[in-house]
Amino acid sequence: MPIVDLANPTRFLALVNRILPWLIAATAILFAVGLFRAMNAPDDYQQGATVKIMFLHVPAAWLGMFGWALMSVAALGTLVWRHPLADVAAKAAAPIGAAFTFICLVTGSLWGRPTWGTYWVWDARLTSMLVLLVLYFGVLALYWTAEEPGRGARAAAILSLVGAVNLPIIKFSVDWWNTLHQPASVFRMGGSTIDPAILAPLLIMALAFTFLFVTLHLAVMRNEILRRRVRSMRLIQAQELHA
Amino acid sequence: MSLGPHGDFIVAAYAVTLFVVAALISWVVLDYVAQRRILGDLEERGLARRSQRKG
Repeated sequence: MPIVDLANPTRFLALVNRILPWLIAATAILFAVGLFRAMNAPDDYQQGATVKIMFLHVPAAWLGMFGWALMSVAALGTLVWRHPLADVAAKAAAPIGAAFTFICLVTGSLWGRPTWGTYWVWDARLTSMLVLLVLYFGVLALYWTAEEPGRGARAAAILSLVGAVNLPIIKFSVDWWNTLHQPASVFRMGGSTIDPAILAPLLIMALAFTFLFVTLHLAVMRNEILRRRVRSMRLIQAQELHA
Repeated sequence: MSLGPHGDFIVAAYAVTLFVVAALISWVVLDYVAQRRILGDLEERGLARRSQRKG
């Protein structure tokens, strides 16, 4: 199937129906392996067993940011090409990205209390991540409250592009400002500073969370396409009643 | 496996994550079932999308 055919919602639905069971199985296997490795990973020499929270916190943070990046790319599809699937992709990513950002903030807070001595500080990394969650709520509010879906989609696309400014701020906040949060330790110049015994389960869990994100995203996109079909059929029904 | 003196924080982090992910999956599944049901009802009443109409 040529890639351009996926721009057709009917063909896209057929593809999603075919690959979703495989994605669900792969996600379940990755989580089983990742959680087993995470539970058997050695304690950190300073943080002890609380390092196990990292296996949730770090992938959730990455995917919270990935969700917004995805929405920003899709926003270009909505605003420039006005392609309906671009808006479907952006709308589907918003609740999932918000959920992962929420998980990142809560698990970070639960990790911060035993390691930093506090649940929360208003430093650059934590605050910029909270701003990301508020931006997600803003996009969701635009989708849910717009009377005309097209208008809501365009407003959400503009907010997605403006909000993308926050992504490099989150990424580099630990370098630009003095924060309690540790600097980058996985993807950095000179290689990871994490011991392979802890890094390996972290990367497997990151892969598992990524598969979960993709699986949920495709499933939510499928739901959204069906919802738009329902809306279209109801509009036809209303027009026929008034004719 | 020992979770040490801060086991409560570790368990709470995993519990919150499990709850949020479970809620997300439940919402997706329930929404799919609901949309399929509504579409089925509309099609039973003889309604079709413009792209499915003939002539």
